[in-house]
Amino acid sequence: MSIKGKAYVVGVYEHPTRKADDKSLAQLHAESAKGAIEDAGLSKSDIDAYFLAGEPPGLNSLSMADYMGLKLRHVDSTDTGGSSYILHVGHAAEAIAAGKCRIALITLAGRPRSEGMATGTTARAATSAPESQFEAPFGPATANMYAMCAMRHMYEYGTTSEQLAWIKVAASHHAQHNKNAMLREVVTVEDVLNSPLIADPLHRLDCCVISDGGGAIIVAAPEIARTLKRPRVAVIGHGEAPKGQMGGHVDLTYSGAVWSGPAAFAEAGVKPADIKYASIYDSFTITVLMQIEDLGFCEKGEGGKFVADGNLISGQGRLPFNTDGGGLCNNHPSNRGGLTKVIEAVRQLRGEAHPAVQVKNCNLALAHGTGGSLGTRHGAATLIMERE
Amino acid sequence: MASERKIAAPAPNPETEAFWDGAKSGKLLLKKCAACGAVHYYPRAICPFCFSDRTQWQEATGEGTIYSYSVMRRVPIPYAIAYVTLAEGISMMTNIVDCDLDRVRIGQKVKLVWKPSEGGPPVPMFTPIS
Repeated sequence: MSIKGKAYVVGVYEHPTRKADDKSLAQLHAESAKGAIEDAGLSKSDIDAYFLAGEPPGLNSLSMADYMGLKLRHVDSTDTGGSSYILHVGHAAEAIAAGKCRIALITLAGRPRSEGMATGTTARAATSAPESQFEAPFGPATANMYAMCAMRHMYEYGTTSEQLAWIKVAASHHAQHNKNAMLREVVTVEDVLNSPLIADPLHRLDCCVISDGGGAIIVAAPEIARTLKRPRVAVIGHGEAPKGQMGGHVDLTYSGAVWSGPAAFAEAGVKPADIKYASIYDSFTITVLMQIEDLGFCEKGEGGKFVADGNLISGQGRLPFNTDGGGLCNNHPSNRGGLTKVIEAVRQLRGEAHPAVQVKNCNLALAHGTGGSLGTRHGAATLIMERE
Repeated sequence: MASERKIAAPAPNPETEAFWDGAKSGKLLLKKCAACGAVHYYPRAICPFCFSDRTQWQEATGEGTIYSYSVMRRVPIPYAIAYVTLAEGISMMTNIVDCDLDRVRIGQKVKLVWKPSEGGPPVPMFTPIS
């Protein structure tokens, strides 16, 4: 069974807050859901499926469904970190294609900024996970795990800090047009290299922002999409794949996108060269570079050259990416960027991106995410969507 | 120095007790599968390659090469996290210690050293062979 054309993204909403001192976490979820339902032109009682990942204890899909007063016949709390929400669109399409539901809601919200989390540099606390006792003593945080991927990529392929910096430069060119973005100032390669080292070789400006916020997506069956007054965005391909340390045969040079990407492209029946716009998860600059290679936009090891010289800037480069400014400049709600990746891809397909960054004739877009930690275990999810 | 960083005590469980008992006597123990012959890390009761339950402990030589590393700078006590590839072929997460952190490099030969944890068994770290 394929999901191609069997489900549509009919509603999206990005919460405008970047610092939510005055709101609760549940409230952010519900406000996001309300925004997406209204964007679709539906009402809450139309929702019959709910997807939620990664919230603090006690705030799982059951308590949020109850909080919002949803009457459901399908729930899915699959958690693959920040990639969860891209995966959720695929799972929602599968459930719709199988007749298990017709209108699915996906929400994300978080307040790491209000809560003062040092997301990137705080070593992960020990847990009951089987690997924890063999990792936690050594201080794995978020930044140094991705940094080890960058260090190895530089060693094997000659990738440079200047090339990584171009990814941030491109994101900043886009963010200047987004009034909600946390960082709207256009930066240069030199600005990135002159920012303080966080975890060698990653500088502060190689890292995404820490923001509060949220968002929501509505996925619906074709017969629902046809009745709505919105441009139609079809889900045509999806792939997912976890990758880990492979029993100690650690290879930090590639991500699970080498598996999720081809699966999504095969289902969609398109090639990387056909993609007009790509939302690429950007927890760090190195994340973008590795995923671009692994999705097949360039050869392995050529990512540094590919991203340089503005090749990711809309209107200038071959592959316009993250035209909202992405996690590097716009927001990274709950330290999870997958949902906003889908939102900006939908805006591009609808022709509703900011005019300064809107890709012309954008009929085919990709959203890809990496969740968890690229340096240890992560989930990869790829989604391909088409405007009808 | 990296060794001044407080090391959280690992919490052994029935599956890993032997590993940490080995640590107390200065032995780095790996699991090798008697069915397929492969060494894996971190140690499990069931081989992650062939899924046999005939896994056995064997002592590592304690020599390896730095596969990748990163020096965490934005913390009170900078430290080098790394994956070290052991002579036995597997890579393990660890720290590079007792050295100038600015001179750590991929490909460097390193050897095992044990560092105390807070109230738990010592943990395996590595230092460059000069």
